[in-house]
Amino acid sequence: MARLVVLGGGVAGHTTATFAAKWLGSAHEVVVVTPNAKWNWIPSNIWVGVGQMTKEEVTFDLASVYAKAGITYKQAKAVSLNPEGNSSSDKAFVTIEYTGQDKDGTSENIEYDYIVNATGPKLNFDATPGLGNGEGQMGNNTVSVCTAEHAVHASHKLTEAIEKMKKGERQRFLIGTGHGMCTCQGAAFEYIFNIEHELRKAGVREMADMKWISNESFLGDFGMGGLHMKVGGYVVSSKLFAESLFAERDVEWLIGAHTSKVEAGKVEYELLDGSKGEEEFDFAMLIPPFAGVGIKAYDKAGEDITGTVFAPNGFMKVDAKYDAGAYENWKASDWPRTYQNPTYSNMFAAGIAFAPPHLISKPMSSPNGTPINPTPPRTGMPSGIIGKAVAHSVCDLMTKGESAHLHEASMAEMGAACVASAGKGIFTGTAAAMTVYPVVPDFEKYPGTGRDTDYTFGEIGLAGHWIKHILHFLFIYKAKLNPGWTLIPE
Amino acid sequence: MKKEEEINFQKSEDFSRTMIPGAFARKMRTCLIWQFIRFVIINVKMIIVVGKSH
Ligand SMILES: Cc1cc2nc3c(=O)[nH]c(=O)nc-3n(C[C@H](O)[C@H](O)[C@H](O)COP(=O)(O)OP(=O)(O)OC[C@H]3O[C@@H](n4cnc5c(N)ncnc54)[C@H](O)[C@@H]3O)c2cc1C
Repeated sequence: MARLVVLGGGVAGHTTATFAAKWLGSAHEVVVVTPNAKWNWIPSNIWVGVGQMTKEEVTFDLASVYAKAGITYKQAKAVSLNPEGNSSSDKAFVTIEYTGQDKDGTSENIEYDYIVNATGPKLNFDATPGLGNGEGQMGNNTVSVCTAEHAVHASHKLTEAIEKMKKGERQRFLIGTGHGMCTCQGAAFEYIFNIEHELRKAGVREMADMKWISNESFLGDFGMGGLHMKVGGYVVSSKLFAESLFAERDVEWLIGAHTSKVEAGKVEYELLDGSKGEEEFDFAMLIPPFAGVGIKAYDKAGEDITGTVFAPNGFMKVDAKYDAGAYENWKASDWPRTYQNPTYSNMFAAGIAFAPPHLISKPMSSPNGTPINPTPPRTGMPSGIIGKAVAHSVCDLMTKGESAHLHEASMAEMGAACVASAGKGIFTGTAAAMTVYPVVPDFEKYPGTGRDTDYTFGEIGLAGHWIKHILHFLFIYKAKLNPGWTLIPE
Repeated sequence: MKKEEEINFQKSEDFSRTMIPGAFARKMRTCLIWQFIRFVIINVKMIIVVGKSH
C-alpha cells in the first residue's frame, strides 16, 4: 500500500484528494493535511462581505466529508519537507504541526510515496506597512474578503459605514490592491460593485465616494494582460468593458498604483510614472499580495534545500520554463503541463501553490524601480482542473508504476470562466460573466489577441448572476461529495 | 433634455472617454426573457470552454 499526502484542503487540494481517493479505493492511502476545519467556497465570500450570505452558507466541516471518502484527515499545517528522508531513514516525509483535533502545536512526521502541495497562498499582509499587523495577520486599518472570517468582519464594517451615511455623514470607499505585486483583482472588482449595489439598495449611494486603486497598468488587465472579447459585433479590449462599468456606476479609478503604506484612514501610493500620492478613506478593502506559505525543505543530511524545491516567492517549482528571460521571449509553452517538481519526481504542486514561470501581464516598474504589475491569477477553475490532472497522474504512478504517462493541464490550453457578481438579488442582481480561452495568451496560435475570441467573451446581466448563484450551490454540493459529484466539472 | 444614463460622462475626464450603456442596454440586463436566452447561450459557451480545458 502506497501513501499520497495532499497538503492543503482548498480548491486544488480538495479536488486532488477526493478524486485520488475515489480512483485508488482502499488499495492505497490518501492523507490530507490542512490547517482549516472547514472548507470554504471562497468566491462567495464576496456576498458574506456585504452581509448577503452568512459564513455558514459558504463553509462546511471537512472531517465528515473526508471520513465518507476514506481520506485520512490531519488538521495541521505542513512545516517542512524531507524528500530524501533523513539520517535514520531513506523514506521521504513531511513534518506537520497540528492546529486542531485536540493536538494543537504537536508535531508529527508523515512518510509519503507521493506528495501534492496545494497550500494556496500566504496572504502576505505584512508586505505593505500598515496593511498587516506585523505578525502576519491583517491589520486594523483595512478589511479583507479573502477568508470567510475576514468577510464577516468586512460586512460589519460596511454596516457601520451605511449607518453613518444614513445619519448624513459622507463616506469614502477605497477598494483594490494593497501592493504593487498583487493578483486577484477580480475579487476586489466584484467586491466594489457589490458594495455599490448594496449602497444603492440602502438608499445611501449619493453619500458615498467610491474609488478603485489597483496595480494594473490599465483597467481590465486582471493580471492576464487584459483580454479581447466580442461585444456588439466588435472585438474590444477588456479596458473598455471595465472602464464602462466603472463610469456607469460612478466609481473613480487610480491605476498603476503600488500601495506603499497604510494608516488609519489613509494610504500612500506610488504610481507607474514615479509620482507619489495619498488617498483618504473611511472604508478600505485592499487585497494583500500572495506568497508561498513558507514550507521549508531539507535534504538527507539536514541541509536546507528550500531554494531548490521552491522559487524565491515561496511557490513550488514545477515543470515550467523559469529562464524564459525578457517579456519579448515569453511563450505559451513556458507554462507548466504536469506540475511535477523537476528535482523530486514524486512531488507535485497544484493551484496557487505552483510557481508560475513569469507574469502574464507586461512587466512594469516606476522610474524609482518599484515593480508595479499584477502577478498571474490562478483562479478556481484552473486550480480545480490542475488538481484533477495531478490526481490522475499520481494515481497512474501509484497503480501502473513510475513509467506511467503524466496527465497535462497547461494554463495556455485551458480556459477560465469568471463570473464577477455586481450585486445579489434574483431579479435585481447583475454579474459580469466572462470566459477567457486560454488563460495564458498564445500569440502563435491566436495571432492578434492571443486568445480565441469565440470563447473569450464578457457581458453584464441577470444571466451572469444566476450562473454565479448556481455555481455557488453546485460547487459546495460537489465538494461535499454528494451523489453525482464527479459529473460536475471543475 | 436630461438623459439619466449620460450624466456620469460629465463627472470625470476618465468617464468622459469611455462608453456608458444607454437606457435600452441597461433595460436588457434585467429583462427576464432576454436574460433567459443569454443564460442558455452563456452556459453553452461555458460548457464548451470547460470541455476544451479538460
Ligand atoms: C475573495 C475572493 C474571491 C474569489 N472569487 C473567485 C471567482 O469568482 N472565481 C474563481 O475562479 N476564483 C475566485 N477566486 C480565486 C480562488 O478562490 C482561488 O483560485 C482558489 O481558491 C485557489 O485554490 P488553491 O487550492 O490553490 O488555494 P486555496 O483554495 O486557498 O487552498 C489552500 C489550502 O491550503 C491550506 N494551507 C495553507 N497553508 C498550509 C500549510 N502550511 N499546510 C497545509 N495546508 C495549508 C489552506 O488552509 C487552504 O485550505 C477568489 C479568491 C478570493 C480571495
